[in-house]
Amino acid sequence: MKSKVINEMNMVIPSYSVNESYARYAVSAFVAQMDPTVDELGDIRTVVSEAVTNCVVHAYRDAPGKIYISVKCYDDGKLRVKIRDKGCGIADVKKAMEPLFTTDTTGERGGMGFAIMESFTDKLTVRSSLGFGTTVTMTKCLNIVRK
Amino acid sequence: MEEIRTVTTKDMLTVYVYGEIDHHSAKGIRTQIDRYILMQKPSSVRLELSGVTFMDSSGLGLIMGRYALCTDVGCSLCVLNPTDAVARIIFMAGLEKIVPIERTQK
Repeated sequence: MKSKVINEMNMVIPSYSVNESYARYAVSAFVAQMDPTVDELGDIRTVVSEAVTNCVVHAYRDAPGKIYISVKCYDDGKLRVKIRDKGCGIADVKKAMEPLFTTDTTGERGGMGFAIMESFTDKLTVRSSLGFGTTVTMTKCLNIVRK
Repeated sequence: MEEIRTVTTKDMLTVYVYGEIDHHSAKGIRTQIDRYILMQKPSSVRLELSGVTFMDSSGLGLIMGRYALCTDVGCSLCVLNPTDAVARIIFMAGLEKIVPIERTQK
């Protein structure tokens, strides 16, 4: 049976680092209606933070741009979070997703963003086009008991 | 808002980090910690993370960067009392192999 969207939310924010915490709290406040566990909510906050930070640090590294966040709640307890930018894009997505891979040279970034997104969700899809931007789609199935 | 507090006993510097560690807050936390390390030149540094309410991969970067600084100045570094959520991210990266996790008795 195909699951049905029961609610959705869209937001657009500029890629200022101060908005990283706003983005994760906005998404977690919206998905709270799905009655997630504390751990599930923590996972969602973390993965949103990772994806938005990538937009701030990498996609729009030269100039700030817009980050498009959409969240869909499904009737079977599934959540889909999409985080899209129109930034520089990723040359080699497979390489970028390898744990510990980073283009950072300051030694202050661990290269674990995608690994965390992958591990904390049920499905992670990354689509990117050089010069056009990147879309990260994450699906999380909440462990809720349906009546 | 990020905040740190430090306690120094003998040659040991303990840095208590409070609040959320993300990319935005990491910069301010880093600057403060580094100032204490360079000023006090301790022989060991402990990052006490029991008061950290959120940490993403920027926190791993923060720990790795402090490890590099501590190696440079010749002192040891460990992470003290991380919450389960913070420890989970540290283990995921295998960071505990180079920066050990320690726990004090409550």
